[in-house]
Amino acid sequence: MSAQTWLILGASSAIARALARQAAAAGADIILAGRDQADLSRTASDLSIAYGITATTRDFDATDTAAHVAFAASLAGVSGVLNIALLFGIMPDQAAMDADPALALDCIATNLTGAISILHGLAPVLESRRSGTLIGFGSVAGDRGRLKNYIYGASKSALHTYLAGLRNRLGRAGVHVLTVKPGFVDTALTFGLPGLFLVATPDAVARAVLAAAARRRDIIYVPFFWRPIMTIIGAIPERAFKRLSI
Amino acid sequence: MRSARQTLTGWGRFTYARCDAARPERFAEAEAGFTATDNISLYGAGRSYGDSALNTGGTSLITTRLDRILAFNPETGIVQVEPGIDFRRLLAVFLPRGWLAPVTPGTGFATIGGAVAHDVHGKNHETDGTFGQHVTELDLLRPDGTTSTITPADDLFRATVGGAGLTGFITRIAFRLKRVPGGQLQVRDHRLRDLDHFLAVMEANATASYAVGWIDATATGARLGRGILETAEPIESPAAQPAERARAIPFDFPAIALNPLSVAAFNELYYRRVPAAGRTRTAPWRRFLHPLDAIHGWNRIYGKRGFAQFQCVVPFDTGPAALRALLEVIAAAHQASFLAVLKRTGPGRAGYLSFPLPGYTLALDFPRTAGLDALHARLCAITADAGGRVYLAKDSLLDPASFRRMYPDFPAFAAVRAAADPDRRIRTDMATRLRLQDPA
Repeated sequence: MSAQTWLILGASSAIARALARQAAAAGADIILAGRDQADLSRTASDLSIAYGITATTRDFDATDTAAHVAFAASLAGVSGVLNIALLFGIMPDQAAMDADPALALDCIATNLTGAISILHGLAPVLESRRSGTLIGFGSVAGDRGRLKNYIYGASKSALHTYLAGLRNRLGRAGVHVLTVKPGFVDTALTFGLPGLFLVATPDAVARAVLAAAARRRDIIYVPFFWRPIMTIIGAIPERAFKRLSI
Repeated sequence: MRSARQTLTGWGRFTYARCDAARPERFAEAEAGFTATDNISLYGAGRSYGDSALNTGGTSLITTRLDRILAFNPETGIVQVEPGIDFRRLLAVFLPRGWLAPVTPGTGFATIGGAVAHDVHGKNHETDGTFGQHVTELDLLRPDGTTSTITPADDLFRATVGGAGLTGFITRIAFRLKRVPGGQLQVRDHRLRDLDHFLAVMEANATASYAVGWIDATATGARLGRGILETAEPIESPAAQPAERARAIPFDFPAIALNPLSVAAFNELYYRRVPAAGRTRTAPWRRFLHPLDAIHGWNRIYGKRGFAQFQCVVPFDTGPAALRALLEVIAAAHQASFLAVLKRTGPGRAGYLSFPLPGYTLALDFPRTAGLDALHARLCAITADAGGRVYLAKDSLLDPASFRRMYPDFPAFAAVRAAADPDRRIRTDMATRLRLQDPA
């Protein structure tokens, strides 16, 4: 198998760190992209010491879309197979977004506009390499608009649609696209939030995602039991669903 | 630093603290959050048994997501880490290269930050000392926002190692790993018929690299102090560790599950497991160092009410009589305790409030029952009268006066601590209970 490299967009998160460690343990080189360079360089030290691979950091801001094409072009020098995991995202409190629409736009700007911007910049790079896997992190929140979380949900729902189209496009070039829909994961995004259940660890999510990528799955729920849960939630008629406060 | 109202507890689930908990994932967030917050404690993996990391009504900063290896020098074996990394990950990363943490507590789930804050010891205290004695350098973020790099030559180092998190936020730890020849140890199990036999065989094996004894705290009369001693030497062997087959305790056992009868039966079986003549076997490091880690959540065996652990150390000269007195009181109280450990400790210590002294250390669990406070007070009195002390990492019940009798270096600690955190911005329930932030 040729050398693998994983580019992790939004590499400061707990899931990103778990994914990077597991990919590095399997021998892949890692490129950590994000805003907090000081923190990313700590993770890079950890990865290179613990797993004996090459880990580097890159400055990347999801909302600085003007820089995205140049960022994508800078990956031309990566040798072997380039894989990408898109993990950045913000989840402001719904009530806060209801009170301040600017916050809602921030959520869309990062989770959706930023994601489409960088992925659209990266798509030609992946097409020309004719190999690799792209993992996009959506959310179960994107499957149905809920009272408690519908701006975040809308950003993820649109991302799912974008990833489906991208899968069709990149599949023709031999590049695989995996859409991941996590349920509740024990990260900074969810820490201390009330009403969570069946919370998965970042390590378990990373393990399931890398296994699904190896099997070239298209769309997965992690943990797996969120698929039947979301099937049930999806089956509730809108007439009844609109009165629920979930 | 985002925080949320949560309930934290120690491993013994003896007390529960409602607090604002924060678990930063980026270092800058942790640094800024700690500096900006009054009334804050540092909380690692929650493996201290009592209240040393808890802060009822205040904030607790959970360090477990700050778990990265920052540097490693294969020439010297010195590794630099963030405080939230645990012994399990260190072992997984470094044992294949022939390196191991120099001192390891009984659980691999404990964090390195916690190992410094309690200056922990392992099954090799007589030969290798405490964890803090292998630390070469610490970064300590003080409540005023300044970071000092401190070394064993500094008073602040002696107050921080074993200082129960009261001098600041330990943000970087540099310590020396030790070379090991492989992934296995050769273990000798000795079956010991009574306390005199136990102490004599421990003394005969005082130079063993590793030694830990299990003592049957339910035995009385001629059998008082019977048990099993494991001594072990690292051997040349493949580094690979067998896959972990961890089982989890899925629910809180009902209070009735642990009773004098079930514990006595367990202890009898545990004792008979080893033939009278002893036996020799090999064991992988992970299983030898962390036997209880194979049962996740074993603290639930004690049920919802929780338990207190009592661990004391008594000097060699007064020790035999004190141990006999302790065991008699415990057996007479019929307080079920099947996890009773007896070890020898040496002079090694790195901080003012470090636990060990040359002598014998005895550790037992007691379910939380009505008679516990009185029993604990008697055990503390025997310990203090013998010139011994109780281990803060395990403690939930000690009182301020007994603490001061047991820790003669407390005034030195108090002076350095007061300079490091004059406004007492760091708070813990243990500090309040034992008045650790008083002048002396």
